This record gives sequence, C-alpha cells and structure tokens, in this order.
Amino acid sequence: MALKFEVLGRFNRARAAQLTLPHYLCQTPLFMPVGTQGTIKGLTKNQLEEIGCQIILGNTYHLALRPTSELIDELGGLHKFMNWPRALLTDSGGFQMVSLLHLADITEKGVTFQSPVDGKPMLLTPEESIQIQNRIGADIIMALDDVVRTTITGPRIEEAMYRTLRWIDRCIAAHKRPNEQNLFGIVQGGLDPVLRDICVRGLVERNLPGYAIGGLAGGEDKDSFWRVVAQCTAALPEDKPRYVMGVGYPLDIVVCSALGADMYDCVYPTRTARFGTALVPEGVLKLKHQAMANDIRPIDPMCECMLSRDLHSSIVEGRFPEFVCKFLQTMFPKGDVPEWVCNAMEVAGIDISSCCREMRFDVDKSSTL
Amino acid sequence: MEQRKSPVRGSAAGQLSFPNSDSRSAPHNPQRPARFHLSGPPYLLSSFSGFSPAPVQPASLLPCFFSSLEGISPKTISNIGGLHQMLSLHQHIFAAVPRDSIIALPEHDSTNKYGASFQTPGGRLLIKPAEYVELVSSMKPDFWVTLADEVPAWVSDKRNRTSVDRTLRWLDDCLSLNKTGTTIFGSIVGGSSIEERHRCAQEVAQRNVSGYWIGGFGLGESMDERAALLTAVTDNLPEDMPRHVSGLGLPEEVLQGVAAGIDLFDSTYVYHLTLGGFALTFPLERNKGDNADYQLSDSGGDDMKINLKATIYRKDTSPIVESCNCFTCQNHTKAYLNHLFNVHEMLAQTLLEIHNTHQYLGFFCSIRKAIEEGKFEQFRRNFVESRRECLFAAASSD
Repeated sequence: MALKFEVLGRFNRARAAQLTLPHYLCQTPLFMPVGTQGTIKGLTKNQLEEIGCQIILGNTYHLALRPTSELIDELGGLHKFMNWPRALLTDSGGFQMVSLLHLADITEKGVTFQSPVDGKPMLLTPEESIQIQNRIGADIIMALDDVVRTTITGPRIEEAMYRTLRWIDRCIAAHKRPNEQNLFGIVQGGLDPVLRDICVRGLVERNLPGYAIGGLAGGEDKDSFWRVVAQCTAALPEDKPRYVMGVGYPLDIVVCSALGADMYDCVYPTRTARFGTALVPEGVLKLKHQAMANDIRPIDPMCECMLSRDLHSSIVEGRFPEFVCKFLQTMFPKGDVPEWVCNAMEVAGIDISSCCREMRFDVDKSSTL
Repeated sequence: MEQRKSPVRGSAAGQLSFPNSDSRSAPHNPQRPARFHLSGPPYLLSSFSGFSPAPVQPASLLPCFFSSLEGISPKTISNIGGLHQMLSLHQHIFAAVPRDSIIALPEHDSTNKYGASFQTPGGRLLIKPAEYVELVSSMKPDFWVTLADEVPAWVSDKRNRTSVDRTLRWLDDCLSLNKTGTTIFGSIVGGSSIEERHRCAQEVAQRNVSGYWIGGFGLGESMDERAALLTAVTDNLPEDMPRHVSGLGLPEEVLQGVAAGIDLFDSTYVYHLTLGGFALTFPLERNKGDNADYQLSDSGGDDMKINLKATIYRKDTSPIVESCNCFTCQNHTKAYLNHLFNVHEMLAQTLLEIHNTHQYLGFFCSIRKAIEEGKFEQFRRNFVESRRECLFAAASSD
C-alpha cells in the first residue's frame, strides 16, 4: 500500500477526501485527463499544473509500443521522462487490446493479439502487464481484467467476472513495487447485480489499496449505468478510493460523486476539444460553427479539473446539495433533468426538486442500492 | 515614430520606437510605457500561423507579423478591437504585411492592374489597394506595408518594370486612403534588375513614409545576385529610416542583409525547421574552436541543427542545448522530444518551436552586440567560415 485516503467531508454518500500518493497530494473527487502517449495533447506541464491537473493517465499499451517500457525504466520512469511532478496512473493495456485490435482473443493465459508493429502473435498476460507498469512507475497501476462490453449478454459476462478474480491474484503476485505503486482491482460483472456483488466481495477480500468500477461507459443506457455504480459504491469499503473508469461527461461525474465515487478518467474533454467543442456550464459550444464566427465573447469554460475542484470544496464546505442544484439548473434551465439523474439523486439522498419541472419516484427502495 | 542613432553605413545599431496607439486597451497593464522601445536592429519577426502561443520569454519585445487575407472577417477583428486584443498580445508590436511566406505567396502571373494576387490554401486571392487598406485598418497594427506587386527574379524585363510602376501606384493609393494617419512602410520591388531596384527605391524615398519594406526576395533568387540588389536599394534610402525585408531566413542570409543595411527581418525559417523536427544548436558566441563536438552523421544534422527524430536521441537525457534557458531546455530532454515526434504528438512542435524561436532570437541578439562593439564584419566572417569548415569536414569524412 502506497497511499493514504482520508475523508474530509461528507454529504450522505458523497465524500470529499485527501488522497496522498507517492508523487502528489490529491483532493477527491478528481478527474484524470488522459495523456495516452506521455502527453496531454498540446499542453505543456506548466499549463496542466495551472489548470489544476492532479493525476494524468498514461496508456500502457501505447507506451509499451513506443518508446517501450524498458526505455522509460532506463531513463528513470515516466514521471522523469515527461517531467511531470504530480501523480500518474497507468491502465493495464487490456482495454486497448480489446478495442483496438479486432484480432484480439482472450484466453485464461491472457490477451492474445497480433503485434501492430510486425504482425507477430503476442500475448499480454496479467504478469506481463504488471511488469510493464512496474517499469513505467506510475503511482497507481491497474490490474489486467477481462473486460466485456455491457451491451453483451449471456455467459460471457460471468466467465469474464470470475476470470478477473483469478487474474487479480496473478497481478498481486507479479507486482514487484507495492510500496511505491498502488495496484487497483477492477470490479466487473456487466449489468448483473449478482455478478457484481460476487466480484466486489472477491476483490475486497484481497485488501487492495483502491478499487475501480469497470466495464461501464461503453454504450449501456444511463439507467443501468447509475444503478451499477450505486451498488458498487455501497458495497466497496468506505476508507479506500473508488474509481469509475471511462467517466465522462460532467453530468455523469456529478451523479457518480453524489453516489460515492472519487476518481474518474475519460478522453471526452481532450477529444472533444480537438473537434472544436468547448465545455461550458450550460453544456457544449461548437466553436467551429458558422454561428460562432463573429462572436467576440470569451468561452467561459468549465474545465473538468475545475469541476472536480468545485465538487471537492462544496462537499468539504457543507454545501453539496446546493452545488448539485445549481449545476443542474445551469445545464437544464427548462427543468428537463433526465429521469435517470432524478432517480440516482433520490438514492443519493439529494433533493433536486427545485431543478426539476416534475419529479418522478419510481425507484425500488428495497433493492440493494 | 522612429529614430536611428549612430547611422553607420551598412550595419547599424539603433533604436526603433512606436507610439502607443490610443485605440488599444491593455486591461492587465495599467502602467504601460508611452512608447515601445526595441533596442537596435536587426530584429527577428515571426509569422504566428500555426503554433500555440507557447510560453516564449523574449528578453525584449517580440515584434510579430500577422498576415490575413481570408478567414476571420475584418468587421469582427474591428469589433474585437484589433490584433492586439484578438491575440491578447498587448505587449507585442504587430506589422501587417500582405505576403505570408507560409500561406499567402505572391502569384505574379495573376496579379493585374487592379490588385495583387496571392496563392493561399483557400485558392487564389486578388486584393485591391482599397480592400487591403480596409483590412489593415480593422487590424490596427503598429505599422503596415503598402500593397506590392512582387515578382521573382526570372521574369521578363517588361514584367519587372510593370511591377515597379504598379507598386508605386499602389503605394500612392494606400497613402491617400490612409485616413487614420497610421505608420506606413513603403514597398520597394524591382526583381533582379539593378536599374529597376534603383528606380523604385529612389521613387519611394521621395514619398512620405515612415520606413521601407523591400520585397521580391526569398522567391528563388540566389544569394550571390542578392547582395548587389540589396545595396542597390539601400544606397538610395535615407540613413535614419528603418528597412524591412521578408523571406530571408538562413543565418547567412540574415548576415548578408544586415551588411547591406537591413534592420528588420521576417521569414519562415524557424517554422520550417520545427516542422521537420530540427532543433537549432549553434552556439551564440561564435568563437573559433567552439564547435568541435557536433554530431555529423546520417542523422541529417550539422553544426547548426540536429534532427530530433533521429534514433541516436532515443535515450539522450540532455536538453537540446545545455546552456539554453528556454522553457523546453529547462524542462525537457531530447529523449522525450524524440518520443513525441515519433508518435506524432502536437506537443513536440510546441516545445520545439519555443526552443528554435529562442535560439534564433539569441542569434539576432549576438548580431546586435557585435555591431555595437564594432565587430560585425568579423562576426560575420567567423560565422561563415566555421560553417564552411564543418561542411568540408563532413564531406571529407565520408
């Protein structure tokens, strides 16, 4: 264990905390921008510090390809290579394998795929993934999991969940730097509450430094999405960080935080910026549109790093419900807050009636949410 | 607007000042000086088409060019308040020049008596003096250059003469259309004809302008023929007025221009270096024997620059130049830049542009210093000779 997690303030399930990592002292809830190849596209480290980035995600698959984890190790680790003084997190490489390589195949051994460099058959095992991440040297490393899309149904989901549990033991065994790097386990199980429950219990038994909720943000409907998050956050230990992978839109971040999650990552803000879309409190601004050509007002950005800072301080200062209401009112000035948000906030115990035109109460309160 | 102290023929160091335009507001700098002072020519001006306004920290003010014949509408630029406001670069000096060596090259075949033609990414554009003046007035630059008919060195004598006639006519048009009394540089062309260069320079010298822009260079002529053409122009210009040339970027070309009496330069040299992944490395103090340790190999570098994409830099944890105090050299290694270039990341060019601009500005600083110490000719000789030595060494080591 190489982290400390101290809750500073709460509102029902939402919590604001201090997460002390080897390279940086972070405030949660926090958002981690994705710096795939060892850089957040186009931004210097000074600019990143200025906008309040605390943790950056590095991508194991891409970095192992170029410039290779051995080179990064030889030059002193990714922090030194990038000259990034704050925290880093690397994912396992598994997701890219599955999403980028159509010839990837998952077996008990690991993920087999064709090397994009020379076409040779290759195998990424849990052991190999952890070794690569050990060489890269990030503060938080992710276990290799068997991730399936939530849009899939059938026995594959169960198979993936059990395999994830078997693989976590292999990851733990292979981890050579537990005092410097924190290995997070990832909860799988699709949209099935029974499977999710088994997975959570299994991971919690291993007493890991932190836990991620995986397999979401892949096209499932929002109503299913928030319920899985709610179930997992209710079952995961209070005193460890919870990371919802692949989230996302500002609205999703606010809802998940209300339900008790602490960390997020997504390519959304950086990707949408490249397409000329600005994130603003009211939603988005498509800057390339003709309508913007003669608009001489500034953008008025709500950077996701800023959003997480606001989340943290509003919880600590005891005004979280007011923050949520203001957020929703700005985003939905006509009061048309989506139903899934209303339901989630009901479970989170936050009164948003002032923001909604009409409240809907159809949540089954006897469930394990 | 301007004054030049110590007018020494050929290479002179002086001061160039611009009055503070009242129409500009600088909300963050309430105590602005009444005038901008740029200490002594020559200056490097760069066209900011492309890279983000990265944290360049010039020792003195950095004059910039902005060339825009298409894209954002003049009315919108006006509404914003002009270039300084739009780019949020209130401490900078802007010059408006129609020619942009990256995106708006003069198309002499299509230029006619109505206007000058330019080849741009959006197609060919014809701009008339009146339109040009309107565009310029919306930008509110510190000074601007009159519309010119630039032709390359190989056109016919007749075409060349026409270009001089047209340029003079457009100069007069611009002067008469200049309602706001802004600072204007008169354009001088003349191609590769000494006589035409003389003629044009003499004519322009009689007009009521604040400085001179010398066009038609950097369009394919050789360095050898250029020297005589430059002096043919500068010989006819008053000593105490600034002279600006576009399109001369190589250090040797700059030195040639300075020797002929040029004060301001703009070129795409740095831009193209950065695009290719080349980092400037020549030492700014050119003493003999300094440049023994350069890497001349298949990497494509030489004593002046290195190719950051080359595999020899994969594990190089040193900065591009040890003694350089630009942001990039203070924070990053060649290895990191090599990686960024190899994976085609945007940050590679941002960081490299910062360094290259910094180095190149440093070069101009050295030139100014050499002039002030009365050692310019020696400085130039040393520079050119050590280049020759390196190339000779490279050739003989093959």
